[in-house]
Formats: sequence, C-alpha cells, structure tokens
Amino acid sequence: MSPALPTAKTKKQALGPYGRVSGVVNELDDRLGLAKGGRVFLDKIFPDHWSFMLGEIALYSFVVLIATGIFLALYFVPSANEIIYHGSYAPLRGQRVSEAFNSTVNISFGVRGGLLVRQMHHWAADIFVASIVVHMARIFFTGAFRKPRELNWVIGTLMLILAILEGFIGYSLPDDLISGTGLRIGYSIVESIPFVGSYLGTFLWGGQFPGTGVIIPRFYIIHVLIIPLVLFGLLGAHLGLLVRQKHTQFKGPGRTETNVVGSPMFPTFMAKTTGFLFMVVGATALLGAFAQINPIWQFGSYEASKISYAVQPDWYMGWLDGALRIMPAWEFAGWGHTVPLEVFLPAVIFPGLIFNIAFVWPALERRMTGDNELHNLLDRPRDRPKRTAAGAAMLALLFVLFAASSTDVLANYFRLSLNFVLWSFRILTFVVPVVVAFVTYGICKEMQGVQGIGKRKRAVIVHRSVTGEYTTTPTPPRPGDGPEEMEPEPVPERIDISPLAAPVLTASRESSPTGARQVSR
Amino acid sequence: MSEDNHEPSRTKVPMPIATLSDPHMGDAARNPQRAEGIIAVILVVAIVFIAGFGAAYWQNWNPWIIGGTLGLGLFLLGFGLTAWGKYLMPQGPFVEERHVLASSPEERDSMAAALVERSTVVVKRRKLLGGLFAIGAGIFGIVALFPLLRSLGPVPGTSLDTSDWRKGRVLVDSSGRSVTRDTLVVGGIMTVYPAGLQNTDQGQAVDQTVLIRVQDSNLVTAKGRETWAPDGYVAYSKVCTHLGCPVGLYEQQLELLVCPCHQSMFNVRNGAIPQFGPAPRPLPQLPLYFDTDGILKAQAGFDQAVGPGFFERTTTQENGT
Repeated sequence: MSPALPTAKTKKQALGPYGRVSGVVNELDDRLGLAKGGRVFLDKIFPDHWSFMLGEIALYSFVVLIATGIFLALYFVPSANEIIYHGSYAPLRGQRVSEAFNSTVNISFGVRGGLLVRQMHHWAADIFVASIVVHMARIFFTGAFRKPRELNWVIGTLMLILAILEGFIGYSLPDDLISGTGLRIGYSIVESIPFVGSYLGTFLWGGQFPGTGVIIPRFYIIHVLIIPLVLFGLLGAHLGLLVRQKHTQFKGPGRTETNVVGSPMFPTFMAKTTGFLFMVVGATALLGAFAQINPIWQFGSYEASKISYAVQPDWYMGWLDGALRIMPAWEFAGWGHTVPLEVFLPAVIFPGLIFNIAFVWPALERRMTGDNELHNLLDRPRDRPKRTAAGAAMLALLFVLFAASSTDVLANYFRLSLNFVLWSFRILTFVVPVVVAFVTYGICKEMQGVQGIGKRKRAVIVHRSVTGEYTTTPTPPRPGDGPEEMEPEPVPERIDISPLAAPVLTASRESSPTGARQVSR
Repeated sequence: MSEDNHEPSRTKVPMPIATLSDPHMGDAARNPQRAEGIIAVILVVAIVFIAGFGAAYWQNWNPWIIGGTLGLGLFLLGFGLTAWGKYLMPQGPFVEERHVLASSPEERDSMAAALVERSTVVVKRRKLLGGLFAIGAGIFGIVALFPLLRSLGPVPGTSLDTSDWRKGRVLVDSSGRSVTRDTLVVGGIMTVYPAGLQNTDQGQAVDQTVLIRVQDSNLVTAKGRETWAPDGYVAYSKVCTHLGCPVGLYEQQLELLVCPCHQSMFNVRNGAIPQFGPAPRPLPQLPLYFDTDGILKAQAGFDQAVGPGFFERTTTQENGT
C-alpha cells in the first residue's frame, strides 16, 4: 500500500459500492462480523398465515405494558400507610385511604394523561393474557409444540402462568375495595395449603391478614421488577429458540419439512409487523380512551370489613373463581388438624393439574403416538381428531368454569334459583367437556372425508341445456387465488419494484448469476 | 484483512430483479399509484390525529380526547405501514432452507466422551472432595431457605386462633359508639368491633362481627347458648369460613347471612350453620350480655378460630374466656 493521503474519491471508494451504508456495514462487520449472518437475517422467511400474528399481539401488548408501566411507576406510591384524601375527586375527600389508593386516584385525576395510561395498562394486561391463551391454542391444535419445539412450549406455558400472576398482583396494587377483597381471598388460598399454608401466609403478609402493611410494597417490587425480569428472560429464550429452530408452516405447494416458505424479513415482514405494533398500541389506546376499566374511585379504599356485591376479578382469574364456587363444602377435620379441601382442591390442586397437563403434553403425546420424529410442517386440526378433541374439551372445561364465576349474576339476571344455577354448573363442568370432545372428534372425522376440504373453492358457472342437461365451467381465478399456486423460490437478491425497472426477470435458482444466497446447507 | 475488504475495485453485486409484474406483487401493485395514494391519505390522517394528540395533551383536554387522538393516530399509522407492506411489497412464497439442527454422530460422541471420561478420570478420582462440596452446598441450600423465608414475617404461632374478643369487651360500631338495647330495631344489622380496635387493621380484619336483632327475644341458636342472645341481639364473626370475605349481606325475611363472594348462606337462627354454598363451617357466635348500664358486651371470646380453615386449626379451641 502506498502511503498516499486519502482523497475524497479514495475515501468514497473505500466505503464500497453502497456508499454510507457500506461504510456502516464495514465498520460493524470489522468488529462484530455480522454481515454474513445479517444478510441471512434480512432474508429470514416468515410464513404468511394470519394465525402467526397471535403471538405478535402478546409481544406487542407486553411492549404496551412496559411503556405504560414505566409511566405509572413514576407516580404510584406502594404504601399501605393511611392518610386522609385531599385530592380532586370530591366524593372521597376527607376519607381515610391508603397511600397506594391515594396515588392511584391521583394518577387518574391529577396526572395529565394518567387515567388514559392507567386504563391502557389494565386493558393491555387483559389483552396480554388473552393473546397468550389464543396463541397457545393455535400452537396446540396445529401440533406446533411437537419435537423439536417442546422446550418452547414449556417456556410459553411458564410465561402464561407468570402473566396471570403478574396480572393478579398488579390488580391488587391500587388497594381498592375490590382488589383488597381479592387479596383477602388470595391469603385464604395460601392459608389452605396443608402443613405450610399458615406459615407462608404470615411470612408473605408479615403476619395474619391483613398483615403489617408489607404486602403492597412486596407485591410492587414483584410486579415491577421480579416477574417482568423473568418474563424478559423467558421471552428472549422464546424468540431465540424461534429463530434458531425457524418457524413451522402449514402444508402447501413447495412446503416441506426442510424449508420455510413465506415473505422475507426485510422489508415485507418488517413493514407489516411494525405496522401491527402500532395498531396494537393504537387499539389499546382507543380502549383506554373509550372503555372504562377498574374505576377504583367508585369502589373506595380497602377496608377489611367492607365488601361489594356481584364483582368478578379480571377475566383470567374467572376459571379459578368458578371452580371455588361450584366446589362442595368438603372440609377435612381430624387428628387435630383441618384441611380446607373446599379451597385447596379447586384453587391449588386444580390449577396445578391444568398447568402440569400443559407442561407434559408434548411428552405425553410423543409417548402415546410413539412419534419421535422432527416436525416442521403443521397439522390441520381435523387430521389429528384425538388431540383436537382433547384440546377442545380442555377449553370447554375452562370456559364452563369461567361462566360459573358469575352464578349469582346469572341467577339474578335470568330470575333463576341460585341453587339451580349452581347445580347446573356442577353438572355442566363434567358433561360439557365430554360432549365437546365427542362432537369435535366427530366433526374432525367428518371433515377428513370431505373431498377438497380446506381448499378455496373455485366458483363455477352452471349451464342448463335445452334438453335439461347440466354442465359446469370454472370461472377465471379470483384475486388471492394466484400466490397459492406459485412455486416458492429463493428471496431475490435484488428487489426493485419501480415501474421503470427492467421487465420480468424474476429470481430463480437457474437465473441467479452470482449463485449467492441460493439454496444451501 | 480490512485493507482487502476495502478494495476500491469492489462493484455492486449483480442480482436478479423482482418487478411490478412479478407474481409476488399483489394485485394492488398493478396500479401502484392508486394504492400509494390511498395509503398516503391514511398516513396523512394519522399525522393529523397524532398532532391532535399533542395538542390535546398540551392543552390537557379530556382523557378521552387525548386517548382517542392517540389511539386513532397510532392505529392508522400502523394500518398504513401494514398496508404498504401487504400491498406494495413483494409477498411470498419465497423459500428458505432449514439448517439441520442436529450435530453429526461424531460430534455428539465427542461431547459425551468428554463428559464421561473427564468426570470418571478427573472428578470421581477425588470422591471425598466432591462429596464434601455437595454436602456443604446442600446444607447451605436448606439453611438459606428457612431463615430467608423466616425473615419475611413471623411464624403464625397461635395468632390465627385468637381474636381480640374477651370477657367484658364492649361492642362498638366503626365510629366507636357502643350498643344499647334500642340501638337496633328488629331485623336490623350492624358491624361491631371490640371497643378501641374499631379503626385498627386487626379489628377490621379479624375481630369484625356482625350484630343482628331478631324478633325472638330469647333466641337459643344451639344447646349451651341459652344466654348468648339477650333481647334478640345475636352476634357472629363477619369473616366467612370459606375464604374470609366479610359476610356483608343479610336476607331479612329468611334470616340468612349471605357472603357476596361465593354465596355461602348462614342461618342466623341455628348458630349460622351453612345452609348453601361452599362454606364448610358455621360462623363462630359471640356470646353477649347487657351490663347493668345497658351496654352490650361480650360474655367471652369466640370459642374457635374465625375465618377460613388452615392446617393447624383444631375444632376444640377455647380462647378469650
């Protein structure tokens, strides 16, 4: 190399043929060596199926939760100390409230945008858990949890449990009458555990309920730091495994166990998913703006001897509340001890059982079917009638229990006897899942026998001849028919869609002159 | 190395081209001006709303205006971007081959070999050291667990078995007024606490008691409770035996106490035996008497622990007498 001074021209040439971007890529690649992997990442293929969006809703509502949560943390005071309310909401003035409640009311009425952000936070939490559940159902019914993705299924289930816990704890923080009652019930559930329950209760609460004012600050740090941190770690592992193992995909033309077919990361998927992030945030903001949620100033600060009527917890706790309601009063007492089975079974054993079934399902199915192969192609639910029936039965069971959490409201609304409603739910809890399982199984079997099911039907024109004979002719293809028929091909090295660009020269394995980014490995 | 990378002779990478007539472009891309125009309008509306959000926030208008502008602005912004991605960018099917995740059998064996051989040759040779370390770590685990939990709060002891009701304790309402013979009319109900504890957490949560006046002036709710309800004043713990909610509803006609949480119903006349719902036990009854000044007091404490069941709970506890 000659020691010539660099000129503007040589500097520009040194950057490479793509100007400043080349420069940035060069500098980063010198240090991190990311050009090769980076290019592969830009070409990463995302299958085009709407059901792959459900997990994105969960991810983006988590983003909303973090963002709104940071805002709320700036104003929330996690303290059970009692003070006199002097804020702007007249009906509460002069009342003794906890600092936690006081600060939550002040966020709602005293902080600019505070009510909106609080409601967005609450709505996002409900959406977060809901989207995880629906996403999980998609994974289950299509068999996406099968080998090699069992670990990601377990991580996802863990995240669902943490999301529910996080939701319950967050809901308890404002220390209003409704959430305080929920906390009282939570304490009693902890207390119901044999051998260790009363110890766990007094340890956590710093004494017998309501304890010594430590539960709010403890729940606060669990809510804003500990569980989010664990969720972050699990989320990283979840997405890391997703990238490493690549997406599953439905069967279709050109789709095999050894490839992924869809749209590239950049720019197509990036545009769609970033847009979707904004849509989720926007939808949450609209809910926060127009749909009131948890108006704690109407409930008042928690007092242990006060109670409200016909209130339900957030939706994801409903199945547990329903289970508690329909459980008969079977307390075990003997040998100087009491085991409150009427609480311990529905509120501790039952959810433990449900989540453990979820955890072991991939292993269970592997054992039952003897199928130990790697699977990247998804099942259609109808092709696995037993699994589909089992999943539908589980969802039916949880839904019946969810509905059972409003026995009193249903009895009032339909003017029925509470006893009748209660017994109906006790019976439905056992009958509905069985019926749903058999009906689902039957429907799946039925669908398997239908020719061309799941394929988009091409419309036909029916002609009747003068002699009464019928003939049909197919109509021309409709929009949307086309891409389904196309043979998948590698991501083109160059994507130029300006109308002035050279005419049709699409990428194909043969026509790529460089040979780069071809089917490899 | 970097010198080589920065060779000025590098030229652009020749690549095949996807064009508008490429089948990977959706139908909207056949008329890109129109599609672009529609998306542009959406984005402009989004910009207007987002600017409106700024104004609404600055001016501190109603929360629903702040949220409505923010929500519509972001939603439309996202909608426009998604539409751009969906209608004006090349769609699948493009294909990418999967890596084979699994290593070769040799690589697997080599890892297993390292694990097995090194542990047998190096680690297991010093069984004493390994054993001692495992014992130390194990003991630390156990030792650390219990004191850590213990430092969170006190052990329950007998605190769950006792309330603050004692012989002679005056019953007061939440503002500290005591109860006389004509405080309640027949069918009336109120919540009472031990005098002095009406505003404490303990008084509110544990000692809370519901006082009802029934028609029957010498109501005997159970054998041995002949004197517990003077002048029809009968008192039960307000803490539900199911999950500890306050038993806050009173069905006056049927003389039933109802817990609003899970609809357990307790019959006031027979010692609050649960008549319906998941509650397993009667609400403990507080024995009452009127002193010579006509002030209502407790004859004794509750004869058992109040509230939901727990493992150490026995059915034969006596306290506060």
